[in-house]
Amino acid sequence: MSEGKLKITINGIEAACEKDETILQVAKRLGVRIPTLCHDDRLEPYGGCRLCLVHIKGVARPLSACTTPVADNMAVTTENDTIRKIRKTIVELLLSNHPNDCMRCEKSGDCTLQDLSYEYGVDGSRLEGERWDLPVREANPFIRYEPNKCILCGRCVRICNEVVMAGTIDLTGRGFYARPDTAFGRPRTLANCEFCGQCVSTCPTGALTDKKSMGRGRACEMKKVRTTCGYCGTGCNLDLNVRDGRVVKVTSAYDAPVNHGNLCIKGRYGYDFIHSFERIKSPLIRKGVKFVTASWDEALEVMASRFKALLKKYGPDAVGAFSSARCTNEENFLLAKWVRTSLGSNNVDNCARV
Amino acid sequence: MMNNNGLEGLVIKVCVGTGGLAAGSQEVIDEFNKTLAARKVRAAVRKKCVSKTGCRGFCAKDVLVDVVRNGKSFTYQLVSPDKVSRIVDEHIISGNPVEEWLVGPDYHTFHSKQTKILLQQCGQIDPEDIRSYIDIGGYKAAKKALSLDPFEVIEEVRASGLRGRGGAGFLTGLKWEFCKMSGGTPKYIICNADEGDPGAFMDRSIIEGNPHSVIEGMIIGAHAIGAEKGYIYIRAEYPLAVDRLRTALSQARAKKFLGKKIFNSRMNFDIEIKLGAGAFVCGESTALMRSIEGKRGTPRPTPPRSVNKGLWGRPTALNNVETLANIPIIMNRGAGWFASIGTKKNTGTKLFALTGKVKNTGLIEVPMGISLKEIIYDIGGGMEDKNRRFKAVQTGGPSGGCIPASYLNMPVDYESLVNIGSMMGSGGMVVMDDTTCMVEMARFFLTFTENESCGKCVPCRVGTKRMLEVLTRITEGRGKEGDIDLLTELGTDIRLSSLCGLGQSAPNPVLSTINFFREEYEAHIKDGICPARACKSLRRYAVDAELCRMCGKCFRVCPSGAVVWEKKQKAVIDKEKCIKCGACYDACPFGSIL
Repeated sequence: MSEGKLKITINGIEAACEKDETILQVAKRLGVRIPTLCHDDRLEPYGGCRLCLVHIKGVARPLSACTTPVADNMAVTTENDTIRKIRKTIVELLLSNHPNDCMRCEKSGDCTLQDLSYEYGVDGSRLEGERWDLPVREANPFIRYEPNKCILCGRCVRICNEVVMAGTIDLTGRGFYARPDTAFGRPRTLANCEFCGQCVSTCPTGALTDKKSMGRGRACEMKKVRTTCGYCGTGCNLDLNVRDGRVVKVTSAYDAPVNHGNLCIKGRYGYDFIHSFERIKSPLIRKGVKFVTASWDEALEVMASRFKALLKKYGPDAVGAFSSARCTNEENFLLAKWVRTSLGSNNVDNCARV
Repeated sequence: MMNNNGLEGLVIKVCVGTGGLAAGSQEVIDEFNKTLAARKVRAAVRKKCVSKTGCRGFCAKDVLVDVVRNGKSFTYQLVSPDKVSRIVDEHIISGNPVEEWLVGPDYHTFHSKQTKILLQQCGQIDPEDIRSYIDIGGYKAAKKALSLDPFEVIEEVRASGLRGRGGAGFLTGLKWEFCKMSGGTPKYIICNADEGDPGAFMDRSIIEGNPHSVIEGMIIGAHAIGAEKGYIYIRAEYPLAVDRLRTALSQARAKKFLGKKIFNSRMNFDIEIKLGAGAFVCGESTALMRSIEGKRGTPRPTPPRSVNKGLWGRPTALNNVETLANIPIIMNRGAGWFASIGTKKNTGTKLFALTGKVKNTGLIEVPMGISLKEIIYDIGGGMEDKNRRFKAVQTGGPSGGCIPASYLNMPVDYESLVNIGSMMGSGGMVVMDDTTCMVEMARFFLTFTENESCGKCVPCRVGTKRMLEVLTRITEGRGKEGDIDLLTELGTDIRLSSLCGLGQSAPNPVLSTINFFREEYEAHIKDGICPARACKSLRRYAVDAELCRMCGKCFRVCPSGAVVWEKKQKAVIDKEKCIKCGACYDACPFGSIL
């Protein structure tokens, strides 16, 4: 065995893997699907939903693929009768404390629980008993929390504490009555929440949803247009969710190279300007005290002639350019290059001071 | 003037375990001191002669007092302050023990089948004085261990065959070896004293009776694995045990048995107490460690095991109180001696908290492999009510299983108990007679585990809830066809898929009672009858005229005026007015309420 390299088999397929990898990571690489609810690549393994239980040869009890590290010569079977039965029971148990109101649910079509219900053919109606009957919490502009749809996967809590490190929510209560909540159940405000919406982004059910896009279209109706966030120089990828030619919502995909699906309040919720009637859509030229709408040709003409005049009269040190942090790196680079080569000035700066 | 004839070496030992204190042992001690001073015995003996000891097990007869006079020891039972003056006058001063208050034959049968190793010291020493422990050879084992190579210590523990007394039964020596071999420093040793099973008080009694044995065991373990820091995680509901541990730790520090360069060696080791806040799941090792770290007490899946990635992600050996208390004894008396007790794969003794419908309840210590029959009939003295039949015994606390009468000859060891669908657990043993309804019993235990579920994993959080709801409706007479199958199915899946030991064992009481007492479940569901007549909702609340002796007790206790009765008349219950509270049923001495 060479240092650090191990060999395992998953459903008979051989795979070389590193010592610290989990079974789930290797399975994903091999293209073997293992169902999960509490797993998110951005978070530490949790092992709470028990859906990813797999059989390991020589181990009596099934183990969770998301938490179990690989060991040399491990032989994993991702599904057999027992495991399928367990998964079915788990989904059934979850649905037995769930409103099952998919018809009017915001998340329908993009809901892991719904997919699993379909896959395993269960609806939870066989199990009677107490169901949560908790009020919807939405006394804030961005995040809608419907506790009855929560399945306690803990992803919102973990993303808030592990990734954002905001500590807005944590699990409260115990057993059947455990649920994520803010401290003392207070409403979310800027005092206790960043409103980054990361919790919404990781929620596998309709428990946490974006309030701004409520009722404005479901996942299947959206055309996703990938772009780069214009708010700062980090370069996060955004998926603009477009319906009927309008940006309804912003999401981000896990494969985004810079942000891996993470966004902040601006990137996720600061899109109102797109369709704002106050938005400036064409250049404006100041005439006296008033701004007058102009074409790009006119505007560029004014800029070029003024720059030329200033350069001629005072020299290159008298002119300069200031760029916005909301431009992309490429745009900023082009501006710097233009100022240095065309204007011959070193007076170039950017507002990015964060 | 008193002469001190026969008073040489006078010792009066009073049990100050929780059972003893609850029965009033502090008052008894005060009374002894007062009386001895008044009778001038104290002056004649010229030393303190009343001493405290830990629990000696026979809690049913507390306060227990030993009087050692003239080299002869007599034990009194059920001592109360008003009995003290007669004991002092007749026994201590005149030398004639008060026969009628001495322990009876029960006390001797209770003890004769036991093998007291851990408990012997508990009943012998003053738990609040380190000198008392040192006098009986305390801390010699730690000194000896420190002079040995860690691997020699590990080998000794391994050879003894000692297995984890917390319930899982993992070989202690092997655990220490894994921890020793695991890369990464610092390492930690943790004593799990979060004894949460209802009715279990083994660990509590050891800590209250002999806290130094646990500390010494931890020192030896720390040396073996290479730890400089130890934690004792103990529940805050054990204030007396916590107090005694604190006292013991500070006394051990003063003697340089803890701290820097302990026992003049190069080893540094100290112990910190962490108080649990009452969550049952924090007795689970990984949840316990997260709790020490200041996080929400929820378990994490293993592997990686704690010996590799435990507290703060470092190699950690976690042992139960009873396991650790055995360590100094093994070091002192040798692995061979320890392995000679019990059976081949289950060596040494085990403590059990014997409770329920048995005559002699209390704390017992028996060799591994003893039969259930010997425990219940010889030590326990059989059924509390002679007219009742033994029905089943629940071992392993709320997560254990029920064992019926047909298995009474079964040996009590880790494997046999698991094979029958129960477990050793930490050592609770609840005896039931034929007035116990098995469905209700399963419901009772599941109520506890459902309530204590942390909520992290689905099968335990929702599964136990749903099982409990089914059980509740069965005991309330609303059971449905198919409920037994549903319980079996859910129980099997929960057992297999839950994250930690709590969920994995929670269905045990239900599955084992379905296995052995299926007909009781069927009677509830199909016939609407509780065969043990324990389920209140299934009682008919009618008077059996043949059995009624016209005493009128039911009439007097009925809170809703539903019982119609007059002198020399048989009682009749008015169903309209009856609220089914069960008061008449409990009051009837003849069993005539149906």
